[in-house]
Amino acid sequence: MPRLGADRRHEVRFTLNGRPVEGEAEPRMLLTDFLRHVLGRTGTHVGCEHGVCGACTVQIDGAPARACLTLAVQVEGAEIRTVEGLAPAPDRLSVLQESFRAHHGLQCGFCTPGILMSLDELLSRRPDASEDDIRHQLSGHLCRCTGYAPIMKAALDAARRLRGEGETAADA
Amino acid sequence: MELAGQTWVGQSVPRVEDAALLTGRGRFIDDLATRPGTLEAAILRSPHGHAEIRAIDVEKARAARGVVAVLTGRDVQALTSSMVVGVKAPLECWPIATDRVRYVGEPVAIVVATNRYLAEDAMDLIEVEYGALPAVIDPLAALEADAPVIHPSLGRNLASDRSFRYGEPEAAFAAAPHRVEIAVRYPRNSCTPIECYGVVAEYDPGEDSYDVLANFQGPFSIHAVISRALKVPGNRLRLRTPPDSGGSFGVKQGVFPYIVLMAVAARVAGAPVKWIEDRLENLAGAVSATNRATRLAAAVERDGRITALDWDQVEDCGAHLRAPEPATLYRMHGNMTGAYAVRNVLIRNRVVLTNKTPTGLNRGFGGPQVYFALERLVQRIALELGLDPLDVIRANLVPTAAFPYKTATGAILDSGDYLGSMEAALLEGGHAELLRRRDAARAEGRLYGIGYTAVVEPSVSNMGYITAVLQPAERKKAGPKNGAQATATVAVDPVGSVTVHVASVPQGQGHRTVLGQVVADVLGLRPSDIRVATDMDTVKDAWSIASGNYASRFAPAVAGAAHLAATRLRDRIARVAAGQLNVRPEDIVFRGGRIGSASNPENAVPFTRVAAATHWAPGTLPEGLEHAIRETVFWTPPELAAPTEADEVNSSLCHGFIFDYCGVEVDRVTGEVRIDRYVTMHDCGRILHPGMVAGQVTGGFAHALGAALYEEYSYGADGSFQSGTFADYLVPTVMEVPEPILLHRETRSPVTPLGAKGVGEGNCMSTPVCIANAVADAMGLADVTLPLVPAVLASHLHPAETAPKGRPAATAPALSGARQLFGEGTAEVAAPAQTVWDMLLDPQTLQTVIPGAHGVEKVSDTHFKADVTLGVGPVKGRYRAEIHLADLVPPRSVTLSGETSGALGFGSGRGFITLTETEGRTILGYRYEAAIGGKVASVGGRLLDGAARFVIGQFFASLARHAGGQAGESRPGVFARVRRLFGGAP
Repeated sequence: MPRLGADRRHEVRFTLNGRPVEGEAEPRMLLTDFLRHVLGRTGTHVGCEHGVCGACTVQIDGAPARACLTLAVQVEGAEIRTVEGLAPAPDRLSVLQESFRAHHGLQCGFCTPGILMSLDELLSRRPDASEDDIRHQLSGHLCRCTGYAPIMKAALDAARRLRGEGETAADA
Repeated sequence: MELAGQTWVGQSVPRVEDAALLTGRGRFIDDLATRPGTLEAAILRSPHGHAEIRAIDVEKARAARGVVAVLTGRDVQALTSSMVVGVKAPLECWPIATDRVRYVGEPVAIVVATNRYLAEDAMDLIEVEYGALPAVIDPLAALEADAPVIHPSLGRNLASDRSFRYGEPEAAFAAAPHRVEIAVRYPRNSCTPIECYGVVAEYDPGEDSYDVLANFQGPFSIHAVISRALKVPGNRLRLRTPPDSGGSFGVKQGVFPYIVLMAVAARVAGAPVKWIEDRLENLAGAVSATNRATRLAAAVERDGRITALDWDQVEDCGAHLRAPEPATLYRMHGNMTGAYAVRNVLIRNRVVLTNKTPTGLNRGFGGPQVYFALERLVQRIALELGLDPLDVIRANLVPTAAFPYKTATGAILDSGDYLGSMEAALLEGGHAELLRRRDAARAEGRLYGIGYTAVVEPSVSNMGYITAVLQPAERKKAGPKNGAQATATVAVDPVGSVTVHVASVPQGQGHRTVLGQVVADVLGLRPSDIRVATDMDTVKDAWSIASGNYASRFAPAVAGAAHLAATRLRDRIARVAAGQLNVRPEDIVFRGGRIGSASNPENAVPFTRVAAATHWAPGTLPEGLEHAIRETVFWTPPELAAPTEADEVNSSLCHGFIFDYCGVEVDRVTGEVRIDRYVTMHDCGRILHPGMVAGQVTGGFAHALGAALYEEYSYGADGSFQSGTFADYLVPTVMEVPEPILLHRETRSPVTPLGAKGVGEGNCMSTPVCIANAVADAMGLADVTLPLVPAVLASHLHPAETAPKGRPAATAPALSGARQLFGEGTAEVAAPAQTVWDMLLDPQTLQTVIPGAHGVEKVSDTHFKADVTLGVGPVKGRYRAEIHLADLVPPRSVTLSGETSGALGFGSGRGFITLTETEGRTILGYRYEAAIGGKVASVGGRLLDGAARFVIGQFFASLARHAGGQAGESRPGVFARVRRLFGGAP
C-alpha cells in the first residue's frame, strides 16, 4: 500500500464510466469533490456528507457506495460508474431512466442520480428482484419531493421491462 | 394526441426537465462554473443556544494557509444595516452574531480561503470566548416574567401581541349549550430539501454593486430586504438563480441572510466568494417551520354546530424575527374558520422569540399549525357531545350554495362543493369497509382508530396579509400593501419559434413542462415547439415583489399569467395573419402549427411564417399594430385587497378543499403507528397536469407523514440542538411512507385565468392532524402530541420504566439539558502503584497516552491544560481542556474534574480513579460522569456513549502499554466496532 502525505497531492487514476481518468487529490479529498470539482462530472450530488441521504451513491467495482464517505485516493485503479454512464447514447435514455420519466419518478432530480445508481446495480444483479427487494434497496435513499410512490412504480416498471415483460405504460 | 378540440393542458405529458436530470446534466448551483479566482467560504457557528461573545481571536485563522479574509459580526455590521423586521418593535436582525449568540448554529465568523477544505482548517483556529447565558426554548416559558431575555433591546421575548374580534363571539359563547376547549402544541420541523443552500457573490467597487447567484426561491419582496441590508438601491443588487434547484418547499427563501453575508465577504475579500451549505449547517441553522402553542375554544350547539371560535395562538419564531415572519402566523388569517361556516371569532396572536433556529417558509406555512388545533377540536366536540365526527364536520361545512363565501375573518372562498366532495370521498375511498376493518381489529383486541380532516387549502397569497400584524392605524401610516403580481413573457423570434419566461423559480415542480402545454394550447402548437426558461435575473427579467415559487401560486397565478400573455400575443399575430389571409381577425384560428381561416380550412399559413413577420417586414403590419413579437403580462387579481379597517383579510386568492380520512393501527408492544389506509380527496380546481398534481399530493403527504410520526427539531433545556444529522432528524424513507389513495373533484376557480388552484401544500395541513385523530381514536387519548414516536405512545401503553441497573446516580449535572454520559471500567498495568501514579501526573506521559493529544501542560501540581483532537461520528475537532485534581491520596485515589471547549462544543465532567496494587501490578478502576453540549451533542448524540467509552478505554489501554502491561476490559471486538463508528480518533 503506498504511503500518502497528508499535505501532499497525489495522482489518482481510475476508470470512470468506461474511460480512464486522472487527477490530483490530497488524501483527505472526498470522492464526491473529486468527481464534481476535479473531473467536472457534476451528475453525482451531495446531500448530507454523512452517508444517510444516498444522493451521492455511485458504483465502485460494481457495488453501490456512498461517494461522500469515500476518499478519492481510495478508488485508485477502481472501476467507477456514475449517473453520467447510464444512458446508452447522449440522446437516449436507459430503460430505468425511461421508466422514471414515464412515471414521474423524479421532481427536483437532486436525489435521483443516487437512486438510479442503486437501482441499476440491483436490477442488473437481480433481474427477478421483487417489490420487497426494490423497496429494501431504495431504503438507503431520501427523496423529499415524490413521496416515493412514483419511484416504486418506475422501478417496478423498469424491472418488468428489463425482464422483457412489456413496455413502459404511458402515464394516462 | 393532436385531435381537434383536445388540449395539451390536462394531459400528463412527459416532463421536458427530466432528460437532463436523469443523465446527470442538471445545472444546480454547485454544478455551475465560477470565475477563475473565486474563493470559498466556511462559516463558524455557535455551539451555544445562548451566550455572550466575550472575545473572538481570528489572528491564527487569518495567518493560515490559503486564507484571504476572516469576517466577524463587527466586519459585517460595518458594511451593512440590520435586516428589516416585520413588526413595530425595537428589534434588530443581523445575519451573523454580533455581541451574543442566540441559537446553536448562528454564524459567528466567516473564513474565506482558496478552497473549502482550507477555509474549514482555518475555522478551527478561531478562538471564541463565550459566556453562557440561560436559554429559553419553550414559547410559553418565554412569556414568563422571569424568562431569560433574548433581545435586551426588546426587554422581553414577546415581539407582537394582537387581538381580533369578528361578529359577536361573546354573545355566541354565552348562548351556546356547550363550550369545548383544547390546548395543543405543534412541533417544529423542516422540509429539508436534499440540496442545501448555495450562494456565489461578487462585488464591483466601481459601481458599488453586488452580483449574486443563489438558489433562492422567492418571494422577491426579499430582494428589497437584501439590497437595503447591503445599503444599495435595488438595481445594484443583481440577483440571479441557477436553472435547477434541488427542492425547496419554502426553505430556500431562507438563504437570504447568507446572500448578505457572502456579498459582504466578497467585498472584503476583493474576489467572488462561493458558499455551499452542508447538511449539518442546514439542520442547525437554515430555517424551520414555527412551533406553536394554541388554546382553542368553540361555542357548540347540541347538533355539533360551531357558532363561535376563540383562538389564542403563541407563535415561536426562534431567535430572530426574519422577513417575512411573523407571516406564518398570518398566512391563514382569512381561514381561521377552516372549511366551516362559523360567523363569530376571537383571535389573540402572540409572537415570541426563543433560543432556536429562526423560522421561515416551509410547506404548509401556517396551515399545519392552525388545522392541528381546529381539527383536533372537531374530534373533541364529537367525543364530548357523543356525536359521529363525520356529522360534526357535515354540520359545519360551508354549504355548496354559499360560494363565493366570505369567511368571518375576511377570506373569500372562491368555489367548491365541500359536502359533495366529502361524501364522494367516503364512497370512493371505501369508508364503509374501513369501519368494518376497525371493528374487526378492535374485536381482536388490537388498537385501531380512524381519523378525519376537512381543510381549506389556500393558495396565491395576498402580499398584504402580513400587514394584519400591524394595528389598522400603523397600516395606514405605512401605506397599503396588497395583490399578488404574477409575471409572464411570451415572445417569438425571427424564425417564428416561441419562448416563454416566468418569474417563478421552480425547484422541481415541472413548471417548464406545464407552461409549454399552456402556451401550446393558445398558439395551436405542440409543447415541444415552446422553449421555457424559469431561471431569474433581476436586472433583465420582468418581475415584481410577489415573484417566486411559494404559496402554491404556480398553477393558479403564474400559469394563468402565461396564458394571458400568450393570448395577447396570439391576438396580435391574428391581426397580421388576417391581413395575409385576407379575412377578419375574428375568423382566425390557430391549430396544428398553422394559422388559418375558421370558415375556410384551406386558407392557412404556417404559424412560424406569420409569427416571424414583425421581425422581417414590420412595414407590412396592419395599421395601428406596433409589433407582434413579445408580450409581458403582470397579473394581479383584484380580489386581493389590503386588510380592512376591521382587520378583515382576504389572505389568499383561491381555496382548494381537502377531505382526508385514514385507518391506523398502533402496535400494543412497540407503540409503532402503522397506516392501514389513507384516503385523500382534493378539489384543486382545474388540473393542468394530472401526473404532477399526483406528485404534489404524494410528496406533500410524505412530508406530512414525517411531521406526524418522526420529524422534530429537538432542543435541550440549555438550548443545545439535538437533531443535527439525518440519523437524528428522521426523514421518512420508502419503508415508512404508504401510498395514499388519491381522489379528485374539479370545481374550477372563477378568479384564476385557467380555473386552477394550488395543490402542493394541502396534505401538509390535513395529514398530520388526520393521523393524530386516528391515533387518538385508536388509543382513546384526549391529547396527542406530534411527532407520534413509539417512545411517547409506549408511555401510554406500558408502566413507567425503571432506571437501568449499574448506572451511578447522577450528581448535580454541570450543564442542565446537555447530554449526560456515565461509565466505568478497569485496566491492569504491569507496574507498581507508585509508578502508575507518577505517570498519571506527568505531562510527558499524558501527552503520549491521551488519545489525540497535541500538548499537555502542567500549570500546577493539581492543574493541567490539554489540547486534544477528538472525533465523533461525522465530526472531528480540536478541544482545549482544563483539568483539576482533587482529593489526592497518593498512590491510591484521585478525583479529576474538568471542562473542555472547542469548535465542536463544550463539556464538563468528573472522574474518580483508584489504584490497587497486587504483586507488582496495579489495577486501575475508573468511574466518570460527563455532560456534553454543542455541535458534538447535536450530531453525534447517539454515538457519544460508545465514543466516550472508547476514548477512555483507549487512554487506559495506552497507559498500560506505556508501562508495559495490559488493559483489563479492553475487548478488541468491542473496540474495533466502536472504532468504525468513531470517525476521527488518531
